[in-house]
Amino acid sequence: MAAFDVDYLEVKKEKVLKILVPVKRVVDYNVKVRVKADGSNVDLANVKMSMNPFDEIAIEEAVRLKEAGIASEVVAVSAGVTNCQETLRTAMAIGADRGILIQSDVDLQPLAVAKLLKAVCEKEQPQIVLCGKQAIDDDANQTGQMLAGLMNWPQATFASKVVVAGQQATVTREIDGGLETVEIALPAVLTVDLRLNEPRYATLPNIMKAKRKPLETTNPETLGVDVAPRLKTLKVAEPPKRSAGIKVADAADLVMKLKTEAKVI
Amino acid sequence: MAILVIAEHDNSSIKAATLNAVTAAGEIGADLHLLVAGSGCSAAADAAAKIAGVGKVLLVDAPHYADQSPENLAALVVANAAAYGHIVTAATTIGKNFMPRVAAQLDVAQISEIVAVESPDTFVRPIYAGNVLATVQSSDAVKVITVRATAFEAAGEGGSGAVESLAAGPDLAQSKLIGRELTKSARPELTAAKIIVSGGRGMGNGDNFHQLLEPLADKLGAALGASRAAVDAGFVPNDYQVGQTGKIVAPQLYIAVGISGAIQHLAGMKDSKVIVAINKDAEAPIFQVADYGLVGDLFEALPALLTELG
Ligand SMILES: Cc1cc2nc3c(=O)[nH]c(=O)nc-3n(C[C@H](O)[C@H](O)[C@H](O)COP(=O)(O)OP(=O)(O)OC[C@H]3O[C@@H](n4cnc5c(N)ncnc54)[C@H](O)[C@@H]3O)c2cc1C
Ligand SMILES: Nc1ncnc2c1ncn2[C@@H]1O[C@H](COP(=O)(O)O)[C@@H](O)[C@H]1O
Repeated sequence: MAAFDVDYLEVKKEKVLKILVPVKRVVDYNVKVRVKADGSNVDLANVKMSMNPFDEIAIEEAVRLKEAGIASEVVAVSAGVTNCQETLRTAMAIGADRGILIQSDVDLQPLAVAKLLKAVCEKEQPQIVLCGKQAIDDDANQTGQMLAGLMNWPQATFASKVVVAGQQATVTREIDGGLETVEIALPAVLTVDLRLNEPRYATLPNIMKAKRKPLETTNPETLGVDVAPRLKTLKVAEPPKRSAGIKVADAADLVMKLKTEAKVI
Repeated sequence: MAILVIAEHDNSSIKAATLNAVTAAGEIGADLHLLVAGSGCSAAADAAAKIAGVGKVLLVDAPHYADQSPENLAALVVANAAAYGHIVTAATTIGKNFMPRVAAQLDVAQISEIVAVESPDTFVRPIYAGNVLATVQSSDAVKVITVRATAFEAAGEGGSGAVESLAAGPDLAQSKLIGRELTKSARPELTAAKIIVSGGRGMGNGDNFHQLLEPLADKLGAALGASRAAVDAGFVPNDYQVGQTGKIVAPQLYIAVGISGAIQHLAGMKDSKVIVAINKDAEAPIFQVADYGLVGDLFEALPALLTELG
């Protein structure tokens, strides 16, 4: 594989634009998680797992850039338990060329993941790292920005449009007041928002093809990264439940109740 | 050690969410220093000095902070971090953008979107779209924290902090702002509004959304919000989106019209004081969190509601 890579780089020297897409395996977005009885953690036994929805969008965007002849290679990378292989296969079924699993059973927090990704970046030398804007389990919204900080690269987060031309990316970002457009030099880290694209469904032939694509496995020790958690979860709890209220008869009833009962208008 | 709060501002005034972050920082304790980095931002620094609880305002005025680019802002915060035990900012799109970069460069974790302060090293934060609250303890020397604005009161006025000028850091020139397309509206800002009228896919199209919801919002002095489905369908711009990945709101009154109540939407509004839902499907999950549910066709209910409001 190493020899093949070298040849490939030699031939395409001018047109090599590699995109690295970190993909996280998370509880499926349709699942409503429950807290374990002892409040130690959420109960993930027998819960459906999927690729983080934002990461699907990131893979889709990377694959589109490749199909448009702008990117030359799309590499998916996932850090976590052995089952993250499934997430990588899904990424390859959408169109990633190969996968890297950073196998670890430790609870990997964003700083640790960013350090692992930095080690992978140093080896792989991508021009773009395309992350999801947030993982829907920890809702941290950190990893991409942390990686950019560790690499001292520019960053453009919450992207709803990405245009890559030469050594530059022009990114439209979703911000509190609307949209903004920034221009950044590559290499850079981008994080994607929901409206960037609509990911394709992987077709059966592509799922079959993905099974034969290269999947390399490494681990934090080999990459020389200390992944010990910095945050300790003392307990988890469900937030106070809202009790369902009442049904009103009609608009008049509603206005009356808002005025006299709730006193909010 | 003192606490550094990074202010969000438009060079002349301080953004509302910063006031909530100041309250959260105040619950941690110690001296509060507020960093105002911008270009021509001395008016914002003066305003910051009047916030109750702020001991000192650090003013950094240089052209390369005009756009609050994450690279320059993070570098500035990191260069000034040594004196602080906590670095705090609001979890707005600006805060979420630069703060993790600060944490990484200081080699510490970030504690995202806290909703409660338990002690100087222990905080509560929502995970899984707000379906779970985690209490987390940090072992890092510096705690880097973003604050969910709706979980804390806004700090009031009455402070008399001194404004101190600080040297600017270098211009890293890593990103260039090309332009901003900001939604202009005479209505209150979503995150600061007391009443929000929010529309979903059930509105059918953008014209209906505007023709039916705007008069209601105007009558109630409300802000307009939307579900992701309404934004994706192009009824309204992206900054209207309420939810896990949009804005987190907690007004006195939230009126959800033609919104089913997916967990990702509820994540953004279920801490509202009073929730009203108008939906033709009596089984819609939104009714499970609504204080007042009106089952019916919104095309009849909304005009009737307007009439009733007089
Ligand atoms: C990773 C991720 C993040 C997400 N983040 C968000 C987020 O931040 N915010 C968000 O809102 N969503 C978010 N979503 C999407 C969310 O899952 C739902 O798809 C979305 O909230 C649905 O929007 P809706 O309720 O408007 O549409 P629908 O679910 O289609 O509901 C429309 C409702 O309108 C009612 N209706 C239709 N016609 C009428 C009528 N004439 N009169 C009365 N009622 C009518 C229907 O009964 C129905 O209940 C996210 C999804 C994912 C995967
Ligand atoms: N364990 C992981 N493996 C691969 N990518 C990850 C992992 N954790 C986070 N990421 C990436 O970082 C993004 C943001 O995650 P977070 O900072 O946890 O909200 C995700 O959308 C992924 O692109």
